[in-house]
Amino acid sequence: MTAPEGRLLRLLVLGAVAGGLVLPILAGLWETARAAFGHLPAIGADGLSLDPWRRLFDLPGFGTSLTLTLWTGFASTALALVLAVGLAAAMYDRAGFRGGARLLAPFLATPHAALAIGLAFLIAPSGWISRLLSPWATGWDLPPDLATVNDPAGLALILGLLVKEVPFFLLVILAALSQLPVRRHLEAGRALGYGHGVVWIKVIGPQLYPLIRLPVYVVLSFALSIVDMAIVLGPSNPPVLAVAVTRWFLAAETTLILPASAAALLQSAVVAGGIGLWWAAERALARIGRVWIRRGGRGVSAEPGLVAAGAAVTGLMALGAGALMALAVWSVAWRWSYPRALPESWSLAAWGRSAAGWGTAVESTVIIGVATTALALILAVAWLEGEDRDHLPRATWAEALIYLPLLVPQIAFLYGLHVVFLKAGIGGGIGAVIWAHALFVFPYVMIALSDPWRALDPAYIRAAAALGAGPVRRLFAVKLPILLRPLLTAAAIGFAVSVAQYLPTLFMGAGRVATLTTEAVTLSSGSDRRVTGVYAVLQAALPFLAYLAALGVPAILHRHRAGLSGGAA
Amino acid sequence: MLKSVSIQAENGAEPLFSPLSLAVAPGSVTTIVGPSGIGKSTLMEFIGGHLPRGFRASGDVILDGRNVTRLPAEARRIGILFQDAALFPHLSVGDNLAFGLAAHVRGRAARTAAVAMALDQAGLPGFAARDPATLSGGQRARVALMRTLLAEPCALLLDEPFAKLDPALREELRRFVFDHVRDRDIPVLMVTHDAADAEAAGGPVVSL
Repeated sequence: MTAPEGRLLRLLVLGAVAGGLVLPILAGLWETARAAFGHLPAIGADGLSLDPWRRLFDLPGFGTSLTLTLWTGFASTALALVLAVGLAAAMYDRAGFRGGARLLAPFLATPHAALAIGLAFLIAPSGWISRLLSPWATGWDLPPDLATVNDPAGLALILGLLVKEVPFFLLVILAALSQLPVRRHLEAGRALGYGHGVVWIKVIGPQLYPLIRLPVYVVLSFALSIVDMAIVLGPSNPPVLAVAVTRWFLAAETTLILPASAAALLQSAVVAGGIGLWWAAERALARIGRVWIRRGGRGVSAEPGLVAAGAAVTGLMALGAGALMALAVWSVAWRWSYPRALPESWSLAAWGRSAAGWGTAVESTVIIGVATTALALILAVAWLEGEDRDHLPRATWAEALIYLPLLVPQIAFLYGLHVVFLKAGIGGGIGAVIWAHALFVFPYVMIALSDPWRALDPAYIRAAAALGAGPVRRLFAVKLPILLRPLLTAAAIGFAVSVAQYLPTLFMGAGRVATLTTEAVTLSSGSDRRVTGVYAVLQAALPFLAYLAALGVPAILHRHRAGLSGGAA
Repeated sequence: MLKSVSIQAENGAEPLFSPLSLAVAPGSVTTIVGPSGIGKSTLMEFIGGHLPRGFRASGDVILDGRNVTRLPAEARRIGILFQDAALFPHLSVGDNLAFGLAAHVRGRAARTAAVAMALDQAGLPGFAARDPATLSGGQRARVALMRTLLAEPCALLLDEPFAKLDPALREELRRFVFDHVRDRDIPVLMVTHDAADAEAAGGPVVSL
């Protein structure tokens, strides 16, 4: 048929992905690595030396930062995974569980920064929870001297990561469980005398894990290198490694860029090593688990654990909802002295006073988000369409490539990429920011779109072809309209990912591009919660509006098309 | 023994079948036949303790004088042989059997020996390390029966156990299953829509 055309499209897409995604990451890593070994002509550093590494190891707090990174990354990922699997096990057979899990979507849509700021408003010594409990339960008339936020052990950061990661894991687990004969294996296990919870641990879990391994690695990599949430909630002095690296890169003293590059390189080693360690732990657990299974013990009951997991997840989601409410309340509070439970007077002054600031920030956030999403969506559609036209199966190597930007820590290549862009004369503008965002938006758009796209009934396409419609008409008149809902969902996800980006905006914009995220994170260290609340509310609202549009537009357009309601999504 | 068991879909007005009472003698196989969709499998799920949400049931299941109707599935000691065998794909054949083997067989050597003996009885010696996915349908069914029997159930349910097998294999497997379960001296209840199954079982036949 039209194989040559399909091949051309596919080559174009592969070229765009290789040149647009893979090459920048590699170039960025290369520049970072050169700086890490003492070569950065821009600041007069030339030649090869281990000096940056020596300086890095001597920097105050370096060891603590490294330990904190490993602790918060591993603890949050492992705990989130256990809680999500526990909840799935406890609730799997309950009516309404699947529908209920969709309610978690708002937490997925909320950017890390907004959630972190809201959580800080909630759990800080002078936060909402403390106000609600004081003075009647606690006896506090002044905010207590407790480190509930920015605590040196990173517990607040772990809590924040859990609120974001548990819903993500739950959705991934639900999708994976639909590929497994869960009910049948539960019956078989229980008929052999094992309790419900133990069957989940011994039978369902080991079959589930291989299906969610890649998302687990993505979350681990993310938790090991998170910056925005760690600035707001994490330990401040010393902070986790990724935050420390960001500070060194942006420090007034430019020679710090060299040890910062070394640390950025180390950050990718931490992620690679962390994934390796996790993988080794998987193997060890599987081995121990097999010995345990062979012993055939029926006595243990896992039910209390499942109940505890359910309670913990409910608590986390309540904290998440409370955090979003706290943002909204603080943004319209005027006088609110401690320990009042609610503001004494309300006002829109914070919104009015900062209107010029947030107006610009909203504008650039939306421009960057829309441009990035459009770019990613076009690329994803071209990729999938090229596959269709060439009658090619999904290429696994190419899909592994898509995950690359999600697995390599941003800090490891963003500064180097900035250097590359500066050399090419395209640095520091909104265009560079859009490109950098697209690196992270495209993978998510692709992941969201590929399953519904490949699930499209080929009979429609054959019918259209038999009616004389060429490939272009088949794409625009049949495929895209039928796939409108998943297309818009993928776009909403892409937009949400773009809105949430912190480091790419910071580094590629060279301080000249201010989005809601960069502004909110900067303001969060200040004292005026009202203005911070305004920015964080807006930051949380934008992705939410995008999701509403993704739900609403197809519902209106297709209101007389029952065959399209949900079936294609 | 079943006492006036009746099952109703929550959104249906009529029960699936008229109330059913029957007693199964140890060492014999009672067969329940009936057209598909009448609720044979649902009845099995009720007896085993796996009734899905969306069904209401009344009546009692009494096993060796013990009313097990309110017990959770894992405490009833009622084994089930499924038509798709339901071997766990993450465990080797031997580990599937070890999963079933009752916990009172203690010590690694004793458990390995018990598993090896079960494989011998199934005519599959040396299969312990095999991946269940590499077994033929008949081999899977035999391993599944062995796994069920190693758990030392007090009663056994056969849910269309031969439906997925080739006709030639079916005859051989019937003999294998019925010989093994008669040896155990436990009550066996089978549902099927194949008259030949009922005939081979050689016990009472109940029509739903």
